[in-house]
Amino acid sequence: MNWILSPLEVRPDHRNRIGPKAYALSVMAREGFNIPDTLFLTVDAYNAFVNAAGLRERILLELNRKKFKDMRWEEIWDCATRIRHIFLKKQIPGPLQSYLTEKIQSRFSGKTLAIRSSAPDEDASGSSFAGLHESFVNVRGTSSILDRIRLVWASLWSDAALLYRQEIGLDVEKSTMAVVLQETVTGDRSGVVFSQNPNDKTQAIIESVYGLNQGLVDGMVEPDRWVLDRDKKTVLSHKPAQREYWMIPSEHGAEMAPLPEDLSGRPPLSSQEALDICDLAYRAEALFEAPQDVEWTIKNDTLCVLQSRPITTLSPSETEDKRAWYLSLNRSVENLKALRTTIEETLIPEMAKTAKDLVEQDITVVSDRELADEVRRRWKINQHWVDTYWEEFIPYAHGVRLFGQYYNDAMRPDDPYEFMNLLTQTKMVSLERNQLMEELASMVREDRQLFERLKAGELLDLDLEFGEKVNQFIEKFGDLSCAVTGGTECATDTRPLFKLLLEMAVNPSSLASRKKPKDALALQQRFLERFQGPNRKEAEELLDLARSSYRLRDDDNIYLGKIEAQLLSAVKEAKSRVESSERRGTHKSELDDLKSVIHNLDYGNRKRELAVSSNEYGFKVNPRQLVGQPAGPGLSRGKARVIRHHLDLQDFKNAEILVCDSVDPNMTFVIPLAAGVIERRGGMLIHGAIIAREYGLPCVTGIPDATSLIHSGDDITVDGFLGIVTISKKRSAWERNKM
Amino acid sequence: MTHYKDIKNQIRELLINQKLGVLSTHHSGQPYASLIAFVSKEDLKEIFFVTPRTTRKFANLSADSRVAILINSSLNMDSDFHEAVSITALGNAKEINGAEKDEILGLYLTKHPYLEAFATSPTCAVVGVTIKTYVMVKNFQHVMEMHIDQ
Repeated sequence: MNWILSPLEVRPDHRNRIGPKAYALSVMAREGFNIPDTLFLTVDAYNAFVNAAGLRERILLELNRKKFKDMRWEEIWDCATRIRHIFLKKQIPGPLQSYLTEKIQSRFSGKTLAIRSSAPDEDASGSSFAGLHESFVNVRGTSSILDRIRLVWASLWSDAALLYRQEIGLDVEKSTMAVVLQETVTGDRSGVVFSQNPNDKTQAIIESVYGLNQGLVDGMVEPDRWVLDRDKKTVLSHKPAQREYWMIPSEHGAEMAPLPEDLSGRPPLSSQEALDICDLAYRAEALFEAPQDVEWTIKNDTLCVLQSRPITTLSPSETEDKRAWYLSLNRSVENLKALRTTIEETLIPEMAKTAKDLVEQDITVVSDRELADEVRRRWKINQHWVDTYWEEFIPYAHGVRLFGQYYNDAMRPDDPYEFMNLLTQTKMVSLERNQLMEELASMVREDRQLFERLKAGELLDLDLEFGEKVNQFIEKFGDLSCAVTGGTECATDTRPLFKLLLEMAVNPSSLASRKKPKDALALQQRFLERFQGPNRKEAEELLDLARSSYRLRDDDNIYLGKIEAQLLSAVKEAKSRVESSERRGTHKSELDDLKSVIHNLDYGNRKRELAVSSNEYGFKVNPRQLVGQPAGPGLSRGKARVIRHHLDLQDFKNAEILVCDSVDPNMTFVIPLAAGVIERRGGMLIHGAIIAREYGLPCVTGIPDATSLIHSGDDITVDGFLGIVTISKKRSAWERNKM
Repeated sequence: MTHYKDIKNQIRELLINQKLGVLSTHHSGQPYASLIAFVSKEDLKEIFFVTPRTTRKFANLSADSRVAILINSSLNMDSDFHEAVSITALGNAKEINGAEKDEILGLYLTKHPYLEAFATSPTCAVVGVTIKTYVMVKNFQHVMEMHIDQ
């Protein structure tokens, strides 16, 4: 068993033990191409590590909590985070560590290295894995090198890699990873050459930047671009870039820096150099008998090949498009910062203004025809913001994920979600709403007369101060009867807000005592103390970005809800006019337009599919213990309150466990009463998990049939440490009806 | 999506494919576990095994018919933790005699032909366990129960 091979030791039968990227380098080395000093860690080294550390089964246990196809990307991300953390915490076993240390030291003796992935199943896939796994540049010191090797191994199990392998039908359980260790060549110019233009077979293409290639490959530095004629070996065109930045070696890898002025004015390559680079690509193409995508760098005018891979698809195919999507799961800091500016300075104020303008418009005084137009207009406005939510707000959630990885790499905590403690207890709209509710409940608690009147359903002529405060609350957040924030009077009976206030008034301790005491400040201090100088600034920036991203994850739905509420109110007005006309038996042609607009929108008639759990005569199936994802640590026991419709929330009682399909920020007002949260949707960053953590409640997410297998009134236990829900007593239908 | 038919099929599959299970009985509150070769009928309502009447398990179940049987698909490998399925069957045991005994013996020897001399010995009893509940565990900690009206 060989854990390490040098390029000249590689034989053809080693290909599936070092992966195609490493194999191509070995072939090039043998043919006299100039490649950096290189060693390959075979898949045997990976296997020795995962077997000795007992990781193989731990990974499979993580991935088999439920069917992979039933997992949302957020759940897959959570799985990937936990798996990466295991790799981060496990040391390479003694014999392998000694062997690697000795080989690395004797071969590279103090040089910095580039550490790249080389996955053997890339061959079997027929698709490119470019960018799918992690790679590191300029890594110094054996201990750091071994650390980064573990992270390259771990990237086999990143969410993007898992999803992509699943997409192209590879068996993830058989996946394995080889690693390329290369002496860092600190090129002053670098780039990529395509020996054949994917869109025009007669051409070749070069992209080039100043500094390290990482800037180009990661999409951080805009490259100059040359198009060349393959036959005539001439330059057809050169498109210069803005040339503002370059990627240069730093203490811990590589960093972006402004490009010196004397370089920004001239292209990184001369025409002759572009032709020389193309010639290199043609030679690689001839060697491998297929068009190649070659990464190269130039140091002191010497051209060096970093890697070469076949251009797998010569026209953009569906698979390539999907890989691009999976790669987009990783967002850079710069990208997220730009997104933050757009969201905070433009989109949120625009959303707030849109909602305010809609509220101020009196739709009860417009004609039927105008109302029909208004419903259409509001539908379009709402749709615009729903699209914006998916395109801008959802990707911004990656701020949390980026910080999580940064924190875990720096702190190596036992709990991979420790970083969440630095994000919770931030100012969120839903918390502000719940705080106001607590104040109202406190007024009800202290005024016996008010309490009795609310209980009796006497809502007119309420105490002035209380009435005013309630009005302020409803103006801002609605009366909680609608599934969207800002909606009012969706319920036909006693207002849900008062029912909940009464419940909170009777149970004064429910909110304040459960708030999680945290040593967030101490944790933050420990985290920041790890960094000095510019790194400290970077850490602070990332934390700030993550907090904003975390806060917005909850707030955006509330802002969106306010706009949806105004659409809903217009639809309601339209329905009311149509119904009233039908009751009177009158027919106005103007109403036809209103009818048609209501019919076409079909608003509010979306049906939710419930899981089937039927029984056969003589056999009855009951759940006993359901496995989901641990999303909020803690253990609690109580009666389940299953929410199938928004109005079910008004029956929520103190110390019940909230069970729902997906917690929306517009329904988290019951959380102060809850003893735990169970959600069908999975993930650490879904609203249920976020709000549960804010209140220190145990939370389990990602239980596929939660709302059909559990019934209101069932006695259940939520184990938020293990992600397990135990149903200790099922209620009969008769008992449930009595609740 | 969880469907009772999936659960029933998985239980059936395990009862057909597995040859051995672990029987739990007790004596004055002291639990006792023993390995048994079993067979079941298509309707999943009973599990049968053969045991000499002189054994501890037979004495225990004669004194208290309440028993549990564990059957699982583990292969004594790491992968069992995410792949193995197990069922615990809870029910009441009693000795089978008469014409039914012949029918069950036929079924039993079809599954375990190598046990012919053992199973047909006059000192052995055919025991049937009427199942009230199956508790099925998969995905490491996912537990479903199937109750049977007998």
